[in-house]
Amino acid sequence: MMQYKELKNNQREIYFFRLRLILSLVFVLVLAFILLARLVYLQVVRQSDFATLADKNRISVVPIVPNRGLIQDRNGVVLAQNYSGYTLEISPAKVDNLEATINALSELVSIQAKDRKRFKKLLTESHTSNSYPIRSRLSEAEVARFASQRFRFPGVEIKARLFREYPYRDRTSHLIGYVGRINDKDFAELEKSDLAENYRGSDYIGKIGVEQSYERELHGTTGFEQVEVDAAGRGVRVLSRTPPQSGKTLTLTVDIKLQEVAETAFGDFRGALVAIDPSNGEVLAFVSKPGYDPNLFVDGIDTETWDALNNSLDVPLNNRALRGQYPPGSTIKPFMAIAGLDTGKRTPSYTISDPGYFTLPGNRHQYRDWKVGGHGRVDMFKSIVISCDTYYYGLATDMGIDGVHDYMEKFGFGKKTGLDMEGESAGLLPSQDWKRRRFNQIWYPGDTVSVGIGQGYTLVTPLQLAYATAILANNGVGYRPHLVKLSSSSTDPSAEPPKPPVDIDIHLKSEYLDLVKKAMIAVTLPGGTAAWAGSGASYQFAGKTGTAQVIGIKQGEKYVEKDVHERHRDHAWFIAFAPADKPRIALAVLAENAGHGGSIAAPIARKVIDYYLLGKVPPPPQPLKIKLEAEHD
Amino acid sequence: MINQLQRRFMAHLDPMLLGALGALMLISLILMYSASGGSMERVLGQLVNVMVAFAALWLVANMPLHYLIRSAVPIYIVGMMLLLGVAFFGEIQNGARRWLNLGVATIQPSELMKIAVPLMMAWYFERHEATLALKNYVVAALILAVPFALILRQPDLGTALLICASGFYVLFLAGLSWRVILGLFISAAASAPFLWHALHGYQRQRILMLLDPTEDPLGKGYHTIQGMIAVGSGGILGKGYLNGTQTHLEFLPERTTDFIFAVFSEEFGLLGNLVLLSVYLFIMWRGFVITANASTYFTRLMAGSITLTFFTYAFVNMGMVTGILPVVGVPLPLVSYGGTSMLTLSLGFGMLMSIHSHKTLVQS
Repeated sequence: MMQYKELKNNQREIYFFRLRLILSLVFVLVLAFILLARLVYLQVVRQSDFATLADKNRISVVPIVPNRGLIQDRNGVVLAQNYSGYTLEISPAKVDNLEATINALSELVSIQAKDRKRFKKLLTESHTSNSYPIRSRLSEAEVARFASQRFRFPGVEIKARLFREYPYRDRTSHLIGYVGRINDKDFAELEKSDLAENYRGSDYIGKIGVEQSYERELHGTTGFEQVEVDAAGRGVRVLSRTPPQSGKTLTLTVDIKLQEVAETAFGDFRGALVAIDPSNGEVLAFVSKPGYDPNLFVDGIDTETWDALNNSLDVPLNNRALRGQYPPGSTIKPFMAIAGLDTGKRTPSYTISDPGYFTLPGNRHQYRDWKVGGHGRVDMFKSIVISCDTYYYGLATDMGIDGVHDYMEKFGFGKKTGLDMEGESAGLLPSQDWKRRRFNQIWYPGDTVSVGIGQGYTLVTPLQLAYATAILANNGVGYRPHLVKLSSSSTDPSAEPPKPPVDIDIHLKSEYLDLVKKAMIAVTLPGGTAAWAGSGASYQFAGKTGTAQVIGIKQGEKYVEKDVHERHRDHAWFIAFAPADKPRIALAVLAENAGHGGSIAAPIARKVIDYYLLGKVPPPPQPLKIKLEAEHD
Repeated sequence: MINQLQRRFMAHLDPMLLGALGALMLISLILMYSASGGSMERVLGQLVNVMVAFAALWLVANMPLHYLIRSAVPIYIVGMMLLLGVAFFGEIQNGARRWLNLGVATIQPSELMKIAVPLMMAWYFERHEATLALKNYVVAALILAVPFALILRQPDLGTALLICASGFYVLFLAGLSWRVILGLFISAAASAPFLWHALHGYQRQRILMLLDPTEDPLGKGYHTIQGMIAVGSGGILGKGYLNGTQTHLEFLPERTTDFIFAVFSEEFGLLGNLVLLSVYLFIMWRGFVITANASTYFTRLMAGSITLTFFTYAFVNMGMVTGILPVVGVPLPLVSYGGTSMLTLSLGFGMLMSIHSHKTLVQS
């Protein structure tokens, strides 16, 4: 009985146990089903999402920086080039103690205080890249020394890259400008113009000059490499490659030899020279003295050098040709003469009797001619040759300030020429309207008088004056000045560039032009204000001298150059074109604090034209003697 | 002669179970080569683990059942002493006190408890089989609770939960009343907020990550996200053996250990997963058959617990890799690299085979 009961219990027990076992089996199957459902969801439903994520994990797009285009002069002389070299770069994010790291590095590689300052400046200016150069242009020995100690410097590496170099240094600084490292401001600009993608991986951008204005052409198109990377970011293999397209080689209109001749001709004088081919607007020489070494800026300039450049009294960073604004002085007279003829205010034979000063009706104030006692009887021809002030005082008064303004505007004064370089100044062409807006004052008749001889409010840039001269030389037809050769087609670079469109066309009567041009030729002949500079020229050389006052001279006082502080002396101008009958070159020269145009500026122009037309290389410069007793303009 | 030797050798081994376990171990070796990035060292290491495990399995399978019953108490006591040793003298690795340095070897006593706890509980129920009352369940629960608490303190949530599961299976199969089970679930749910506070910061993070792994993709969610990407990008057919990008480019963490399932899923796809899941379910089915036919109360409880625990391992690991469970550090049974886990599991399967073969022998 007992045994039976136990047996029965045992069976009941097994029954209950198996029931629970079956429940467990159901539990297992439910879990297995959940797992299966999850796997189907991940591997079927969302497969493509995860495949994309897996690719995003492993595929890294690495930019390949294009080689920057070269810049050459009109004859193919290279003015900006690339060479490969090494930089030592630090990734600040990966370095704990920057100071200590740099100190340790300086035991292997020469790092000077200058380099440290430059590095610090870079850090504050840019946050877009992850590594910054502490030293560039390492020697092979330095590279080898660092390589052997590399393990000591996590976050520091040697990079091979192309450097920009300007072999002509300060000779081309104001023309070509320079590239520099992309800073936060540059990056914001790039993003704004949707170019940031093309600059992934680029470190440099044109900052000023042609390097800046032709940045798009020079930079080229960044290539890309799809690289498979592992979790640590190491490249495993290249999946695909889109090669970069190098930047275009820019051919300038400038002749570097002419530029050299011009710079040398300046000697120790500061100033500017712009020479233009009047028949097409090509800028042949573009000088601003003094210059600076653009190579200093490429990898960031150290503060000391920067301060020295920036605070120099000579303002070498100022592009005088493009941005310098000066009173045109007497160089305005040929243009005033054309204006007088064209507006009918003067005839060629109209003659004045010059007592040596000009007075307005009902006013005793004397506007003095540069020649005490006057030039006697002066007609238009003579007024240009001997640069008679009294003649133009009267002409300006007769035309009225707005008449002068409106006519001078036709020659491009008072507005930017549209040169293919950024930062141009517009100069100033005064008018009644301008004075009201600027000073909230009415225009007085007395204001007009000195405008007639290029003083007063009028300001021009050397570029503007060169362009106006080119327009005059080309009989009133102007082609916008440009520094880079217009290319006819991308397929045939050797083809003759197309004729540029006409920018300005003042329909001028040839008799007026003949008169003014003849007078300008006479300027460089015996009896003219630039006779000395013109002597012995084998071509017809038309020009006009000018003097821009730096300080005002009080009524009744005489300007004696010797007594005036050097930097307060007048600026010397000279405009010229040659050969006069079929001009191939027109230019404007400004020599700062050089006194009068005839003695300093005109000889510079002569040397430039001699070289350009005759290939004559001037003898090496001798210390320039300032001829104080030379004839005044 | 050789035939006879072979029969003697195989006498206590269950061919079907052995075949399935062998299949998993073979998968493990093949996968190890890919997961380790072609390291033969890793493969050979695992081969040694497999051989040691097989030897242990053979030994236990050939052991008469009463050895097993008699060993329950000593194993449990030794295990508990080692656990206490860990609590006082344990070595800290990765912020957890789990290892004990015995001079000759560093061991992880919690692994031993995976066997010791269900063994002890089954032994206890067997002893009180005739007069089972609620108090016996309470004592059994204490046998479970003490090591559970110690392991939780180490902290090792994964192992603690698995031991808890294996103990609970014993309780469940021993006939714990439904009312108590229901009561336990309700009180567990009610105490969840308190438990949340008791959890360690990293444990909470792992649970939070499960809810939204994208919140911290490079930090704590990295494991889960990379695991899901590997599994998902494998698709139906997989990327092919040795072609898993997540694996070979090292985006996947713990490739040879906890996340080896992701390697498998990436390279062999859903089809491979179906095969793998089938192997696990086949082992389950075989385990259930052995359990159902076990002759004694002790063997029934033991066999059922071993079988269910094994599946729980597999489920928790796969669930963690596919992002339905938090990352708790449970290996994929018999596939992940690791000697201890493979040894413990083989001991379990050895017992299962012993239970099966010795019952048959007794009957015949």
